[in-house]
Amino acid sequence: MSEYIPVLIMLIIGAGTSALILVATTIIGPKKSFADKMEPFECGESPIVSPKLRFSVKFYLVALFFVIFDIEAVFLYPWAVLFKSLGLFGFVEMMIFLALLGVGLIYIWKKGALEWE
Amino acid sequence: MEILIPTINLESIYPEILITVFAILVLLLQVFTSLPGRKQLGYISLTGIVLASIIVLTQGGAFGENTALPIYSFSNLWVVDNFSRFFKLIILIGTGLTVLISIKYLKDEGIDHGEYYSLILFTTIGMMIMAGGSDLITIFLGIELMSISLYVLTGYTRKRLLSNESSLKYFLLGSFATCFLLYGISLLYGATGTTNLKGISGFISDANFGSPVLIIGMVLLLIGFGFKVASVPFHMWTPDVYEGAPAPITAFMSASPKAAAFAAFLRVFIEALPSLQGVWVDIIWVLAAMTMTAGNVIALVQDNVKRMLAYSSIAHAGYILVAFISTDKSGIASILYYMLAYTFMNIGAFAIVIIIGGKGEEKVHVKDYTGLGYRYPLTAAAMTLFLLSLTGIPPTAGFMGKLYLFSAAIKSGYVGLVTIAVLNSVISLYYYLKIIVAMYLKEPELDVAHDSLVFSPAMVIALIIAVCGVLLVGIFPSPYIAMAQQSYISF
Amino acid sequence: MVPLNHYLYLSAILFSIGAVGVFTTRNAMIIYMCIELMFNAVNLTFIAFSKFLNNLDGHIFTFMVMTVAAAEAAVGLAIIISMFRNKETVNVDEINLMKG
Repeated sequence: MSEYIPVLIMLIIGAGTSALILVATTIIGPKKSFADKMEPFECGESPIVSPKLRFSVKFYLVALFFVIFDIEAVFLYPWAVLFKSLGLFGFVEMMIFLALLGVGLIYIWKKGALEWE
Repeated sequence: MEILIPTINLESIYPEILITVFAILVLLLQVFTSLPGRKQLGYISLTGIVLASIIVLTQGGAFGENTALPIYSFSNLWVVDNFSRFFKLIILIGTGLTVLISIKYLKDEGIDHGEYYSLILFTTIGMMIMAGGSDLITIFLGIELMSISLYVLTGYTRKRLLSNESSLKYFLLGSFATCFLLYGISLLYGATGTTNLKGISGFISDANFGSPVLIIGMVLLLIGFGFKVASVPFHMWTPDVYEGAPAPITAFMSASPKAAAFAAFLRVFIEALPSLQGVWVDIIWVLAAMTMTAGNVIALVQDNVKRMLAYSSIAHAGYILVAFISTDKSGIASILYYMLAYTFMNIGAFAIVIIIGGKGEEKVHVKDYTGLGYRYPLTAAAMTLFLLSLTGIPPTAGFMGKLYLFSAAIKSGYVGLVTIAVLNSVISLYYYLKIIVAMYLKEPELDVAHDSLVFSPAMVIALIIAVCGVLLVGIFPSPYIAMAQQSYISF
Repeated sequence: MVPLNHYLYLSAILFSIGAVGVFTTRNAMIIYMCIELMFNAVNLTFIAFSKFLNNLDGHIFTFMVMTVAAAEAAVGLAIIISMFRNKETVNVDEINLMKG
């Protein structure tokens, strides 16, 4: 366990510093509140739109593709670590896997799902 | 570091590779060809299914006294034996019939896309992996490939609110059940140190081991599989999902995925957990009794034929569980045989539901069947045959199947359960007869005068196959029973 | 060294929180988040067993579960969006066309 003590010290220092700053600002800092400042949005400037705006469903689409293609990359790491010892066999396997992912990419591309408009 | 490259035996996964290639091909053809080419995608997928069935049939020689099987490959993750081959054939038959009954439906609904067939093929690969996996990892991946594709297919008519709703319910409850399955697998892995089915059974019998972790893991697995085969009390999703899904997908879901779920269920419990039989046989006894009774009793009051058939499919899962607990050769063989018969009769019945339902699936109530016997005698006759087979009346496949299921259970001494099963069959007669009575004995009411029904060639072929299947398997059962019996030996 | 049982208790608690959440929440999106929590509780069990058994199967299983969960999340989001497009709600209490 002793090798973790520096980490513990780091944690304590980090938490202590942020606590100190927070406490200091609440005690020392001047407090003038007015309507614009109390807005939860846009940092004191007058709000232009309601914060509860609905955003385009297109973002979801991008998020979906990201989730899918991103998580598949998880299989690349163990393969990369053992690349040399797996040799040609591992290479061919991984290329087949990537080709299948490529098919997915080609499909969504041709479907026009990557176009923003 | 020395890495042990696993034995690669591509031959043993040829059918799966073939279906994968066709699934991808269909997907790419959908985006790269123009409209007239897309009309043929259904037939292209059908070609793939037929080719895959031929490979499955010839893989490792004919059914029979086959010493070449089972072949284990890929570090014991995968097995080709007669059991998996038989289930793969059932699955492929179900998929083929589904594609045939879908073609016209998709055109009517304006959703004639290649993605539909592609997803069906991906579902099929998932189911084949479930049948052929000999390790919990492969079985889990198969289950998920099947389920995720089915979630999409259930919501495929995405403009219909019913379809949205059923897909959302299926998705949420399906993933919820998957969590239980996974937790069960993880506890089993923790208790035995392996995910290989043979390894697990070896460990348990060596150590003569019955730790609470193992029992909890087994019960969680039972919940997960109970959900996948829709047994009471894990059936809540079935009626809603079956009612809301597009009718061909309902037909599909009630046949092939159910068969695949039973394949994985049987393999895991009989191959990996035989030492715990004393525990799970009692649980399944109760599940079987509840499933049959609840399915049949609730089906009595249904007016929507799709929903009625959903409850009837729950009841049928109960009948299959009856034979499950006999766990011997004849029990397994009877399940295989019954699944084959059930695929034909259930998809056949749903094919008629699609024909009657018409555009937008509006005519799905019993009253829409009134007078069908007068205007379309052949269609009504086919429906009657399927319904009688579902009830279990000779000379149909359903009768032979049930006889075989129940006699296997009696041989193992479960007379009480079989009594419940037979009583349930009698109850089921009532609601199946309700449709038959409507078709033949009632005059068509004015407001339900049938528009002329449209029969597409693909649909007619599917119906002919289903009718022939029900009659052949029912009247000349011996070759199929022999095949089913051979499929147990290689365990 | 944290003993194995602590990991198992933690993952059992996480799993139960997820399961309770599924039954008590009404928003489809949050129900799915609860299910994800259950998946990750299972992953924790796998990793803990894998470490204590000195066996890598559990790691592999976790990889598979992660990718499968991602695929499910993608499909689930798409299903929830298509539901929302038609009905303007993701509250499961209002999604009740079918009964019986």
